[in-house]
Amino acid sequence: MSLLKGTNFEASTLTALQKVTLRAVVMSFLFYGLAALEGTLMRVALVNPNLPPIEGHASHFFSIMTVHPIIGIFGSTYQLVFAAFMFLIPYLTKKPLYSVGLANFVWLMITIGAALAWIAAFIWSYAPLYTLYWPLPADTTQFNVIGGIVFIIGVALIMIGTLGFIYNIYATIFAKVGVHANKTTKELLISGFGIDGLLNLKNKLTGKPPYSKEPALSLPVVAIFRGTVDTFLDAIVILGAGILVLVYLLADASGASWDVHAVDALLYKNFFWWGLDLVADGLVLIYVAGSWYLLATLITGQKLFMENVARAALLLELFVSWMVWSHHLLADQGQPEMMKLISGEMVTMFELLTQGLALFITLMTLWKARPLKMTMELKYLLAGLLGFGLAVPAAIIQADMGMNRILHNTQWIIGAHVHIALLTGLYMTLYSVVYVLWPLLTNNTKLFSMKMANAHFWLHLIGSLGMGAFMGMAGLDGMLRRHFYMDGEFKTFMILAAISAIMMLVGWLIFLINIIMSVGLKGLLEIFLPAKDDTATFGIEPQPSVVVSQRNK
Amino acid sequence: MTFETSVELLKFHNVAYTVYAMIIISVIAWFAYNLTLEKKAKPIVRIPFYTYIGFLVAMGVGHHIFTYNTIPWVSEDIMRHNITPDKTFQIKIANHTFDMQEKMEITKGEKVLFDAHSTDLVYGFGLFRQDGTMISQMQVNPGSKNDLLWTFNECGEFDVRSTEYAGPAGNSMFVKKAVIVTGCDTKGA
Repeated sequence: MSLLKGTNFEASTLTALQKVTLRAVVMSFLFYGLAALEGTLMRVALVNPNLPPIEGHASHFFSIMTVHPIIGIFGSTYQLVFAAFMFLIPYLTKKPLYSVGLANFVWLMITIGAALAWIAAFIWSYAPLYTLYWPLPADTTQFNVIGGIVFIIGVALIMIGTLGFIYNIYATIFAKVGVHANKTTKELLISGFGIDGLLNLKNKLTGKPPYSKEPALSLPVVAIFRGTVDTFLDAIVILGAGILVLVYLLADASGASWDVHAVDALLYKNFFWWGLDLVADGLVLIYVAGSWYLLATLITGQKLFMENVARAALLLELFVSWMVWSHHLLADQGQPEMMKLISGEMVTMFELLTQGLALFITLMTLWKARPLKMTMELKYLLAGLLGFGLAVPAAIIQADMGMNRILHNTQWIIGAHVHIALLTGLYMTLYSVVYVLWPLLTNNTKLFSMKMANAHFWLHLIGSLGMGAFMGMAGLDGMLRRHFYMDGEFKTFMILAAISAIMMLVGWLIFLINIIMSVGLKGLLEIFLPAKDDTATFGIEPQPSVVVSQRNK
Repeated sequence: MTFETSVELLKFHNVAYTVYAMIIISVIAWFAYNLTLEKKAKPIVRIPFYTYIGFLVAMGVGHHIFTYNTIPWVSEDIMRHNITPDKTFQIKIANHTFDMQEKMEITKGEKVLFDAHSTDLVYGFGLFRQDGTMISQMQVNPGSKNDLLWTFNECGEFDVRSTEYAGPAGNSMFVKKAVIVTGCDTKGA
């Protein structure tokens, strides 16, 4: 056991599928560390704005605020989720991945894209924030044109990588090989959208035999299938917005002066939030529900409780996710009142139902299988459930015309809702997935230290809950989320939030050291070398990817 | 039950959400503890599935019904196009600067319309008390209507701050004591 060699990790025994997954996982956790560092710098700056590296410069503070979600959401979360799903789809469908080469393209595009966006903010202080409210991203009186172009190219590369992931997922699901050799596309589509679950429920209520006793696709695959629809729509919207900004920036660079008001700011906001909300309220909630179901069944080794209801609920969540964007526009007086009421309040309310169902089904599956051993994956899963148990009701509270008037754009939104959802809810769920996949991806490599794993768990849990809570309390006292306070306002809450952020950063460092000590620096580097074994399956007879098989025919 | 000001509402919200947070944390902790016990714990309460679903729907819908009936600015906001304000203030925003009446003087209980226009970027228009707590706010989009109808149920001097990011230059969009509300008795009521 050493820093160089790790515990018993042998990178040379890894298949192409394992290696490509691990490459993206490594990049994801490096980006996570960067996002955690950025977040901590901002929190510390709100305690003492004059400390380096921000030193009281609003432009520097907002540059960090702009890239923080790009690095955190895309560089880290997208990367980790995509990697896990490109491993899980072949594992769960018992078929090879469509293309390992495309999976490599995905992590490379997202890595390069996120790095470019970061460079644009670091070098040129390009800072329109992730919201890109029109016409701010094209405001060349405040921002450098080259910085803007580099930033938009970075985001575009991330979206191109995302489209690569989507193609790989669907091409794998629809491949007529292995167990699906005799399935029709229609059968796979019906199962993918959860319509079989709905028909099973209908037949049960009318006393008829089930439509399908053995659905073509397992429930976690259905969740990935469904969530990926939103991932696609979101990528198209962000790419569309990126092209619009890029066209204006290029026009400016060429000396032309185009009227930015040719594009209506409120209409653009609606378009952008419709797409962006597909990340927050679409793919995250659907992917998370699917991950909970998978984790619950893997941890317990039992069937999911109320599986048909879960399948139908995933279909409902997909439709809900397309119609909730107006809750971001409740403070926009030009937004039609009916849209605020129906989309912003009433349809959004359904998320309490769909996520509440997912929570209930997961808890019941675990409860029916007790006694269970409190493993790392179970511990993280429960913490993830807690995160969404806190963040989703917070969202429903603020998606209200009365409450939003005094909560919109405050630290409550970004703390009590967003960061609790992301850091406690999503990341705890993702860490659970990491611990479940660890033995499968590393060929049963022994973890260096369980004490370090536990230290990371508690530091992350307490840190994320604490930071979200203290930011939320400051928000209730009127603290805005997109403002650089420089006169010591809200100091007590900001000190407590900064301490919480530092706890999470320390937790991540402990996690990183534990992983490096397990796989070793040599093993870590070897992950990035080409795999000798081109196997793109897991748990079944080794087969190369569908693309390689077709080429060899 | 009616919340006259945002302070009253936020105090209630703070207590209610904290109680909820404590309950959900306790439930998950209790659940985690019992999950590992050899001896199977008896559930404290049995909640039938459809009761749970009914509870979620009731909470989701009930929350909006509750706020509509207890927060005065909800119905006022929805119906503002049919309400004639007692006073209207024009607010123009451009180049990260507020252009408005130097002191907006209001009497307690008056319905006031803040009619804001931006000619360049997306800004915000927020009213804040001297202790930093928020009274109300809206987004100010260029090219569309941004009208906030508000009834002041409290007296004092209030600041105006942009509540939306419009580039680093917007960080200083702050006007101290721009709004003065008078007409309260000596106890402030």
